[in-house]
Amino acid sequence: MYSKTVMDHFRNPRNVGEIKDASGVGEIGNPVCGDMMTIYLDIKDDVIRDIKFQTFGCGAAIAVSSMLTELAKGKTLSEAKKITNKDVAKALEGLPKNKLHCSNLGADALQAAIRDYEDKKSGKKREPEEADEKHKHDHDDKCYCPYCDAELAEGDTFCKNCSFHEDE
Amino acid sequence: MSVINLDHMSANPLLPEVQEAMIAAIRENLGNPSSQHRLGERAAELLDESRAAVAALVNASVSREIVFTSGGTEAVNLAIKGVAWAKSDEGKGKHIVTSNIEHNAVIRSLRRLKLMGFTVTSVPVDERGRVNPETVAKAIRPDTILVSIMHGNNEIGTIQPVKEIAAVCKEKKVLYHCDAVDTVGVLPVDVQEMGVDLLSFASNPFYGPTGVGGLYVRRGVPIWSLFDGGVQENRKRAGTENLVGIAGMAEAARLAARDMGARAAHTRKLRDLFLSKLPEYLSDYGINGDPENCLPNLVSVSVHHVEGESVVLMLDDEGFAVSTRSACASGSLRASHVLLSTGLGFADCQGTLVITFGIDNTEAEVMKFLAALKTSVTTLREISPLYKNGQGVPQ
Repeated sequence: MYSKTVMDHFRNPRNVGEIKDASGVGEIGNPVCGDMMTIYLDIKDDVIRDIKFQTFGCGAAIAVSSMLTELAKGKTLSEAKKITNKDVAKALEGLPKNKLHCSNLGADALQAAIRDYEDKKSGKKREPEEADEKHKHDHDDKCYCPYCDAELAEGDTFCKNCSFHEDE
Repeated sequence: MSVINLDHMSANPLLPEVQEAMIAAIRENLGNPSSQHRLGERAAELLDESRAAVAALVNASVSREIVFTSGGTEAVNLAIKGVAWAKSDEGKGKHIVTSNIEHNAVIRSLRRLKLMGFTVTSVPVDERGRVNPETVAKAIRPDTILVSIMHGNNEIGTIQPVKEIAAVCKEKKVLYHCDAVDTVGVLPVDVQEMGVDLLSFASNPFYGPTGVGGLYVRRGVPIWSLFDGGVQENRKRAGTENLVGIAGMAEAARLAARDMGARAAHTRKLRDLFLSKLPEYLSDYGINGDPENCLPNLVSVSVHHVEGESVVLMLDDEGFAVSTRSACASGSLRASHVLLSTGLGFADCQGTLVITFGIDNTEAEVMKFLAALKTSVTTLREISPLYKNGQGVPQ
């Protein structure tokens, strides 16, 4: 089900933990499947010197967090800002389609952590961000049944292919 | 690496005697049971013998009340859709009563019927997952044609008061289908004593092959075939029978009738050992289901502050096969409807493991598993932002 790279990052997650007095912290939670991800940044001279994560979630969520930290470590902020969820999935040699909807939140957490850093720096206060549903459509514009992967028309709540219902 | 199977619900090993029976059926080069010539004769004999063995396991009054199917799912689909179509064709109504904790085969069959104009009432369960027969009685309306409520639950192991539900249905003159996939061959199931009209079962839960099962249909119950074609299975299931699989199931049925008491005692002992030792290995967890009325081989444990799929993958690396009911692992990415129906919170559903013991497991394996479970959960809690300094972070 998962690629070798995903399993490697799941088995040996890189950069697990917290950073005390972090320059920026980003938290993302997915209300649909319950994954939670926290990214801690140590930034100096606009470079991510260190990055750590804590994640509650499935194998994919843990691998995504781990891979994200590898992609972001040592990058300048402007480079790091360009990292997308798609980049993380690609570096992991792909994720199951339904996990693209759900567990691929790493870049969102990173961007939230960078915003937190920039807000702190400029003295701006921001309300904690609600996880938005935007990431659900990141992979492309089509919707798929999360159960059988059949393509759904916009607004469909019932999959005629497998009789999955959105209220399930 | 050898794998210790603690997920017997997903796949039971075939007993050696069952394998032998299937190989013998293959080697005999059997004909088609429907043929008129002597090649088909031996096949028809084997089919009859098999049907008798399976009928005996559930105490059907005559063999032909057993319809062979491709497994539990087909049996459930045949029972629900077949009766719904036949009864509504007779103009008897289009309302069906079920419970909130049924298997997807039941839920999705009913959902499909809803698209065709049927209506469904689903009754709740208590925190142990039990249906109250009085609630069923209240849900039955003049246009109710069928009640479908399971016997043993495949996620939490709760056994329903089937006899009482059957009595309600009899009084209200409504047909009762019982999904007994996880109890037939595991616990004594007697269709006459229970008073059910239809009962679904599968062969693998009692160590027979997958891809074969059956439906008990009491004589006189109107039912339409799902498949159209030949007149096999007393016109209830068209298509040449899977004779090799059926021969395997029949052998498994004979052995289950003989050994199920000893098997249940063995798995119950392992289950009790696991539950009694668990507090020494783990904190922050809950046990789901009904401790008094439960399957003898299943434990559902919700481990707090971890997600089930991660635990399953980590245990797999350690050589243990278990199952989870977390949303992430469900395919549909939804929390288990069974656990939610018992009132469990979403977060606790996430860390729910289903452990099913079998006759091949030993006490030593249970002890090894407890140690591996502790390691996996500890590792994942170290990664989790929801668990700090040995306890859960309040959300």
